[in-house]
Amino acid sequence: MSNAVSALQAKTYAGFAEIEEAGLRGMITLRGDLSSTKVKNAATGAASVDFPGMGECNCVDEKGVAWMSPDELLVMTPYADAQPAAEKIAKTLAKTHALVANVSDARAVFFIRGPNAREVIAKLAPVDLSPDRFKPGQFRRTRLAQVPAAFWMRDAETFELICFRSVAGYVFDLLCNAAQPGSEVGAF
Amino acid sequence: MSTRLATGGRLLNRDRALRFTFNGKQMKGFEGDTLASALLAEDQMLMGRSFKYHRPRGIVASGAEEPNGLVNLGKGGAFEPNARVTTTELFEGLTAESQNHWPSLDYDIGVVNNYAARFLPAGFYYKTFMAPRPAWKHVFEPFIRKSAGLGKAPKDRDADTYEHFYAFTDLLIIGGGIAGLQAAKAAGEAGVKVLLLEQTSHLGGRAPVDGVEIDGALAEDWIAATQAALREMDNVTIRTRCMGAGIYDHGYVLGYERLADHAPRNDGPRHRLWRIRAKQIITATGAIERPLSFAGNDIPGVLLASAVRDYVVNYATSPGDRTVVVTNNDDAYRTAITLKEAGLDVPAIIDARPEGGGALATRAAELGIRIENGKGIAKVKGGKRVEGVALCAQAGEGAVLEEIACDAVAMSGGWSPVVHLWSHCGGKLIWDEANAHFRPDAEKAPTSHDGLPFVSVIGIANGEIDTASCLEDADSTAKSLAKALGGKPRRSSTPQAGGSDEVPMLAVWKMPQGASRKLRAKMWLDFQNDVKVSDVMLAAQEGFESVEHTKRYTTLGMATDQGKLSNINGLAVLSDALNQPIPQTGTTTFRPPYQPISMGAIAGEARADLFQPIRKTPMHDWHDAHGAYWEPVGHWRRPYCFQKPGESVEDAVAREVKATRDSLGLLDASTLGKILVKGRDAGKFLDMLYTNMMSTLKPGKCRYGLMCTENGFLTDDGVVARLDEDTWLCHTTTGGADRIHGHMEEWLQTEWWDWQVYTANVTEQYAQIGVVGPNARKVLEKLGGMDLSKEALGFMEWADGKIGEFDARVFRISFSGELSYEIAVPAAQGLAFWEALIEAGEEFGVTPYGTEALHIMRAEKGFIMIGDETDGTVIPQDLGLHWAISKKKEDYLGKRAQERSHMTDPNRWKLVGLETLDGSVLPDGAYAVSNDLSRGQNSAEYANGAEAPINENDQIVMIGRVTSTYHSPTLGKGIAMGLVEHGPDRMGEELDFPKTDGSVVKARIVNPVFYDPKGEKQNV
Amino acid sequence: MLILTCPYCGVEADETELQAGGEAHIKRETVGSSDEDFEDYLFARQNPKGIHFERWRHVYGCGKWFHVARCTNTLEVFGTYSAQTTEPPQDIRDKISGKRPGWSWGIFS
Repeated sequence: MSNAVSALQAKTYAGFAEIEEAGLRGMITLRGDLSSTKVKNAATGAASVDFPGMGECNCVDEKGVAWMSPDELLVMTPYADAQPAAEKIAKTLAKTHALVANVSDARAVFFIRGPNAREVIAKLAPVDLSPDRFKPGQFRRTRLAQVPAAFWMRDAETFELICFRSVAGYVFDLLCNAAQPGSEVGAF
Repeated sequence: MSTRLATGGRLLNRDRALRFTFNGKQMKGFEGDTLASALLAEDQMLMGRSFKYHRPRGIVASGAEEPNGLVNLGKGGAFEPNARVTTTELFEGLTAESQNHWPSLDYDIGVVNNYAARFLPAGFYYKTFMAPRPAWKHVFEPFIRKSAGLGKAPKDRDADTYEHFYAFTDLLIIGGGIAGLQAAKAAGEAGVKVLLLEQTSHLGGRAPVDGVEIDGALAEDWIAATQAALREMDNVTIRTRCMGAGIYDHGYVLGYERLADHAPRNDGPRHRLWRIRAKQIITATGAIERPLSFAGNDIPGVLLASAVRDYVVNYATSPGDRTVVVTNNDDAYRTAITLKEAGLDVPAIIDARPEGGGALATRAAELGIRIENGKGIAKVKGGKRVEGVALCAQAGEGAVLEEIACDAVAMSGGWSPVVHLWSHCGGKLIWDEANAHFRPDAEKAPTSHDGLPFVSVIGIANGEIDTASCLEDADSTAKSLAKALGGKPRRSSTPQAGGSDEVPMLAVWKMPQGASRKLRAKMWLDFQNDVKVSDVMLAAQEGFESVEHTKRYTTLGMATDQGKLSNINGLAVLSDALNQPIPQTGTTTFRPPYQPISMGAIAGEARADLFQPIRKTPMHDWHDAHGAYWEPVGHWRRPYCFQKPGESVEDAVAREVKATRDSLGLLDASTLGKILVKGRDAGKFLDMLYTNMMSTLKPGKCRYGLMCTENGFLTDDGVVARLDEDTWLCHTTTGGADRIHGHMEEWLQTEWWDWQVYTANVTEQYAQIGVVGPNARKVLEKLGGMDLSKEALGFMEWADGKIGEFDARVFRISFSGELSYEIAVPAAQGLAFWEALIEAGEEFGVTPYGTEALHIMRAEKGFIMIGDETDGTVIPQDLGLHWAISKKKEDYLGKRAQERSHMTDPNRWKLVGLETLDGSVLPDGAYAVSNDLSRGQNSAEYANGAEAPINENDQIVMIGRVTSTYHSPTLGKGIAMGLVEHGPDRMGEELDFPKTDGSVVKARIVNPVFYDPKGEKQNV
Repeated sequence: MLILTCPYCGVEADETELQAGGEAHIKRETVGSSDEDFEDYLFARQNPKGIHFERWRHVYGCGKWFHVARCTNTLEVFGTYSAQTTEPPQDIRDKISGKRPGWSWGIFS
């Protein structure tokens, strides 16, 4: 485990918004019947947050649960906790139709911070990011330029964004390019 | 001459002079100038040459509709051809060069075309360049290529950056004239979210130039007050220098924002493409004045009347000292009055209407301007500059009554609403007889996802000619849309404007009415492409009756201005020639963008390093630092081989194969797809997906599987491992991971949704490394950890455990024929694990190898590769893979298709090995030709003296083709696989493979397994 | 550039977030089917100017396939609905009937 490194090893960039690769994060894909109490409890038990509604993400620090699809959740934990947490969820759901997989290494996580962070995302994703339409707590899976990504807001000025690990470099470069000083839009 | 006036210029900042150059000549202008006004102020009326005849060309217009004033702008990485001088704002240090002439603007050789003009009518190129065929390559094409195009193509990489921006709004208003502003105000006050785009740098449009009064104040003051009010509204966003370029389905609009064209800078993008979704759209795009068609209307110094007025009022620039105004409507009188009031001479107003104009005419007369009613211009005198006009009766044939000296002509043929955006997404037009123009038919608006109209047009773009009705239209439209969008419109009254007492215009399509053929051949419709009234009449005469055909035959409206000035005049002439009403002729199709937009803006961020995503494995940087010669595989980059300093690619590949076969090779196999399939019905599901049986696989075991589409064709292959009672892990090809995962989800979601199966694509969770070669086990044992002996982990088995300190899942599988382990570790540990293997493998001469060595080794073993042996038309049976097709299963995807007659045809080409007789490497994709002459009625020679039969399509009969071909370093000769007719039954036969150089390679059909046919090496 | 509302996650998805999947409600033919029926299943597709039922996948979003009833001519969308059905739901058929009386598509009307 001591050998584990994230794709970009916490690379940062300061443009009109700050971009930071967040390092390793524990992530567990949990597929199952989301109306089942057992499935809900397994997820919230691992992440210690409330169960999210459709299109939402509840998270506190490194722990959280995101609603990925009607039969899929993303459970987040500190990186080191992911494997035991996944095993525990799997054990809890051993008799339930469910799929549990540790996908911590399959992803990269980014922070986009600053009062104009919305603009960085709005240059890349076909999503309405006006403050009255996209708020902390919402979770959106979409297209970021040419790759799939998902993002949510930690607070009014902080986005957290995930993508596949293999394109971490591409996504970082995209975000930096979009946050270049002098390219502020002033739209929100 | 054209010159700068001593005072005035509402857009100028005279305190800030700007220097620029035109064709190397130093010139000066002011902040607020366009390049057009600055050039005019420097008496530079001649700005370019026309496309076909190379006639001298000056400015005609003052805005986006300008057809002539196109220049090469900037230098090096900032170079741009065909920049429109009327929409280019002046900045310090601007450099411009005129286009389409040689050796200089003033003395252009190409102008010989002009003197030959009567031999170059419409369709000249089509008629002339027909025959003889060889002339195309050597005479016509070089000539056409030399004369084609206007500006130069840029040579350097564009130094600027570009970006996109996704915006969402309730109401989008395109056009910031007084109608657009009033609409924004009314909707903004109602509380809906408004985005207003204006293509120029300033709001208010033409109203201040036209001397309009609103609510008793000058238009200028009303605009300033409205703008201030809009700025106070948080729900209203205004973007100037941002053109509404196109309207598309479901409220999608492209906005083209020019951020730095007016002020080049080092940071930030040059252009931004706004990708807007609007619930409702208002276009307030104004109108464009039409030229009149009289002989010599293209001579520099003939301008639109509105443009002359713009230059005087906005930029204090007069296009001429003595300007004759020629018109068919009242509006042009405003130009005469403006000129007169600016102290300039107006020798005459020539009004084609027998009864003349209204109140404005009276005012002009009071100023002492001579007015000639019922008259027209027979011809303009002059070459590179207007010298005078010949007066004639509009109703006559052009007999000259008098010559009037002047150096400019201001013409007005009436106004055409800018209906482009309305039309982009299907809005229909109606012909307005009174104003002789097409305007939007509100009954036939573009409709959106809900089946309801989503575009409205206001102001003069809607055909509302006078200011009062413009504002009324804007206010009421915006209020009703705002209400429909959930806003609460205020009960404010519409701003009042004085109605103008204007006499109706008279449609004039030729001047004079009965102009002779000679005069018609000098009446320009399309100034940029050199299309004249005579050309359109010729097209009609030759049977090009559809307006779309006439357009293409004559090139009318096909220049970079897309016929903004010429289209209506052209189709009126066509209608006249065809003796049918104008609405029956109709218009050509309006297509986005409204004005050309930069390729950079369309690409946005997708250029250079961001052109497309590059997928990298956790070991990518290590490979890069160790000589990786990269190969793109989908979006991944994989090392093709690892070159040592001074080593060729071929040598590196041969070294890698040999080292792996002799001792130890390492392969980064992380890109292979890995999909978890879990659930009570997972086995049943996989049995449907694969041609072979996966449900019977025991936990702990691996099995190679084939996947087909419903067409029966092979689509993917890979090793499947059963992880536990209800979980399988399916490996796919590198390119197949997302596709096969999608394929699985599609069948689960749309066909077998009652089956209990979940899938997860875990491809990127693991770094996967192939540890391959006779010393593979030794190096792993050296790292310590789990038992990897033959007994503990047999061939085609897998196990979880630790290797050294790494969490590993080990698959005992082989794609090379050697003793081989594929080891998956969490991606975050991938690099460390790779480095540990490199270090531990040193004593075995560990050699990282790339995709080419991988390919060679699999080919030596006769293993197929998806994409080489398969191409979407190949079924597993073609490849001798019957052993991987279950005969017990009732059904699997592709099974029924494989029963189709063509699929069971015994003549299908089948996989064999191929070995050249001379040991050379067969060309990839080479075809084998039949030498059985009885298979065709005729034969043809395919090489020196060699004949082959010909089929019913006059093609040589082929009997096979090469699918994979390599030099085998192991065997020291060329080896290949191919699909050959009756191949497996023809072992030992020799086939002819003609090469592209005319020679023939002979190859013998052999068993495709070239190396270790008994499989002893992998199973140790 | 269509906007379609994904019935599974509620997102009003841009066309660039979606993957088109062709005609909806095709019945799978397999082993035992006649050549004609199998040919129809593999290759024969409707190409109407007007009402059409299609499959789309929210590929950049929740990954779910769904059905769309729309007009190929005007691009009006009458509704999106679950992929787990063999026929268009009654409420969507009623909605179409309200707007395009007398419509028919395949065996549905």
